[in-house]
Amino acid sequence: MSTTISTKFSRRSFLRTSSLASGGMLIGFNFFTACKDNVKMPVDIAKLNYNDFNAFIKISDEGMVTIFSPNPEIGQGVKTSMPMIIAEELDVPWENVNVVQGILDTQNYTRQVAGGSQSIRFGWDALRQTGATARQLLVNAAAARWGVDASECSAKQGVITNGKGETLGYGDVVKEAALLQIPESESSESEESKSENPEFKDTKAEEIAGNVILKDPKDYTIIGTDVGNVDIDEIITGKPLFGLDYKVEGMVYASVLRPPAFGQVLESYDDANAKAIAGVIDVIKIGEKAKAMLEKEEVNWTAKLAPTEKVVVIAENSWAAIKGKKALKAKWTESSPMENTKAHDKILIDLLDGKDFTNLRKDGDVKKAFKQADKVLERTYESPFLPHNTMEPMNFFADVTDSKILLVGPVQTPADAAATVAEMLGRDEKDIRLEMTRMGGGFGRRLYGDFVYEAAEISDKIRRPVKMFSTREDDMMTGVYRPAIKYRIAASIKDGEVTGYHLKEASVNDNMYGLIPNFFPAGAIENYQVDVAKYNSNISTGAWRAPYTNFLSYAEQSFLDELAEVLEKDPVQMRMDLLEKAKGTTDDRIQYSADRLQDVLKLVVDKSGYRTPKDGVYQGVCAYYCHNTHVAEVADVVMEGDQPVVKKITVAVDCGIVINPLGAKNQIEGGAIDGVGHAMYGDFAFENGMPTSNNYDKYRLIRMNETPIVETHFVKNTLSPTGLGEPTLPPAGAAVAIALKKATGNRLYKQPFVSNMNSKPILG
Amino acid sequence: MECNLHNIRTQHIKKMPTYNLKINGSSQSIEAAEDTPLLWALRDQLDMVGTKYGCGIGQCGSCTVHIDGNAVRSCQLQISQLDGKEITTIEGLSEDGSHPVQKAWKEIDVPQCGYCQAGQIMTASAFLEKNPNPSKEEIRIAMQGNICRCSSYNRIEIAVEKAAEKKMA
Repeated sequence: MSTTISTKFSRRSFLRTSSLASGGMLIGFNFFTACKDNVKMPVDIAKLNYNDFNAFIKISDEGMVTIFSPNPEIGQGVKTSMPMIIAEELDVPWENVNVVQGILDTQNYTRQVAGGSQSIRFGWDALRQTGATARQLLVNAAAARWGVDASECSAKQGVITNGKGETLGYGDVVKEAALLQIPESESSESEESKSENPEFKDTKAEEIAGNVILKDPKDYTIIGTDVGNVDIDEIITGKPLFGLDYKVEGMVYASVLRPPAFGQVLESYDDANAKAIAGVIDVIKIGEKAKAMLEKEEVNWTAKLAPTEKVVVIAENSWAAIKGKKALKAKWTESSPMENTKAHDKILIDLLDGKDFTNLRKDGDVKKAFKQADKVLERTYESPFLPHNTMEPMNFFADVTDSKILLVGPVQTPADAAATVAEMLGRDEKDIRLEMTRMGGGFGRRLYGDFVYEAAEISDKIRRPVKMFSTREDDMMTGVYRPAIKYRIAASIKDGEVTGYHLKEASVNDNMYGLIPNFFPAGAIENYQVDVAKYNSNISTGAWRAPYTNFLSYAEQSFLDELAEVLEKDPVQMRMDLLEKAKGTTDDRIQYSADRLQDVLKLVVDKSGYRTPKDGVYQGVCAYYCHNTHVAEVADVVMEGDQPVVKKITVAVDCGIVINPLGAKNQIEGGAIDGVGHAMYGDFAFENGMPTSNNYDKYRLIRMNETPIVETHFVKNTLSPTGLGEPTLPPAGAAVAIALKKATGNRLYKQPFVSNMNSKPILG
Repeated sequence: MECNLHNIRTQHIKKMPTYNLKINGSSQSIEAAEDTPLLWALRDQLDMVGTKYGCGIGQCGSCTVHIDGNAVRSCQLQISQLDGKEITTIEGLSEDGSHPVQKAWKEIDVPQCGYCQAGQIMTASAFLEKNPNPSKEEIRIAMQGNICRCSSYNRIEIAVEKAAEKKMA
């Protein structure tokens, strides 16, 4: 059976080829947009014009394939998994594939953002079609040389074979292939993709796009196999890969003194002692340009950290810069009030108690359901701020000259960063070149480009190549935090059934957004309402791995567990029943698939041994959908003396086709442990506008001796793949809280658990 | 002009002392302030950037190197204290990634972002020299000083076991 794939672009429009002057064939392609009619493909490999293309594939005369990977690597493995998809359809041995990080020239560089676990989901169709189209071009070239019809030829593992059994390697025909017309799509160009939810699209059938045939998943030889990290040799031997490792001749180091408290601005500073330190070159002031830009354009969400002047120590080396900064004496004044966690706690509870909400979803009549209820359960859940704590602190290289600007480093939003620098410095975007390095973790922090602007402003001022780097203390104290949030959830029960569900959110600065109000259990309960309220703080907040769901999942799933207890129902069965009801929904806002959520729940129950209780092992179960992936987890807790210990997390995942199981499992394990760690230990508070912790001696991250073993099970299907960077984190805290309740008898209403083991429910 | 760096530099000529350190089997001359941590001397003066900065207070283990075979935090050691010591960094653990710990790391495909892994490998390799056949519990305790923010801990644990097997073989 075959179906015709219908997408926004035809093969003709999203792909171009050229013959390289140095030999070999170059294919340039675009992810989402058609190539402009007049774009020229480079014939010099050193001049890849990312203005017009997202990525390039080079096939050499020897048949070696180099893929210039379009997405920055933050540790989520896309630098390995995305090229795997191209190589699969191109049909070359993985050993012949080399992957190089693409460079950004800023314009038209779509979706070059690592965030939201979306890289694979968005890339799936485009990457497959690019690989398949390139394969077809090579087959067509070989067929032409043999004087046979292309349909008589097949390609496998980099070799084309004709009906007589004659063979040609890909490298043998690249010259001719580069000159051929690109196979056109037979489907109408105007036809839009039919599936609203790409992750629900079955790829079981062989898909034909014009003359280009996509492989049937059962014929995959690379997708679905364990492929190691493409940078593994460099990582284990300590090669320069990261932003902090980047260095050029004549580069100086810059350490930025930012306000110690949120709400402060620079009044004056004394740099005499700093300048006396050996290796310190100069002390300068920056911030005017970033500030001016902020004032001009109020809503620049990436520049939240910039509204003050800052003092910068320029030094010959990092150590002198660090010492120089310590020796600075600065005076700060309050531009807005110094905030603290105690006050936030009260403000957020007051918001929950109040009436000033924005409604995000309303089904039926919650008020009426509550009025008619036999019983109402209401609980409040609380979370602290959280810093990202990427292991590699924020840093960026900038070299600003009169003719050009070079920016190099780890940032998740390169296009936005480059555009903002251009605007800030009043320069032409065309003169900016931004190179991305491997990132020592992201978790959302590197979506914000404040450190890029700082580096650029410093180099603009001193006109030298400079590396701006933060210390751990800088990073933790002047961050963009996961906001403190409180949820109040209430459910009405009538005749042993859940009739109403009301979720209220009170958050610092920003509320849940987009599709989140439509996640489970929306669609499963007749009367359902989500309301949000926020408090505007001067503390910078933003995305943190699995935004909102990282805490919402714990609140909702803990609540459902307690609800099952009140209903005297089995918690798994109660979820199954709710999901059964959701199946009937005709609401197209509903994002999750009830079937898929049931499947992961069944799988995790089966694999974790949940139905066969073991002495001294307390298990908590939950199922959650977020970031397009369905996940269920069971946490095993045992008591060691008085101490509950999280021993194991069993994870069931439905992420569609698993591109690279080895990499996928790494993400799943890391996400689950990260979820456990932050739910257990992550605590971050403010006093007088200042964070109360500034380094790892005061801020607790999970360590190996506290780490549960994660066991992963995939739901096997042939649905389009979805991402894994985030989805296993949110359910972990919930599973642990539910298991801890069984082990200790106490419900946990506040994170981190380690400080709130005996917390009492806040009754509404 | 506000920032004539060359002029400013000549105004502040401060002669740095020179230290000779034995790193990865060869003698290296470093001109740096005496309180410079080994971490920054390696990274900035010697361009050996495999040793990573993570916290600067000896709490995360990203900067772990070997001094006379012991795993230590290079952010806590000043270059003036290292006369006559044998220093090994990730660059010197093997020339080509052939050390059993490095091979195990590759086989298990441990890294996610990869930033902390040089430090993890240095801690593991020193540990296995002292305890060639460790239990799981001993591995978990030996490695608990090294933070992996991506939480690749399960794989680190398995890779240390694997490396022990490789060393014994």
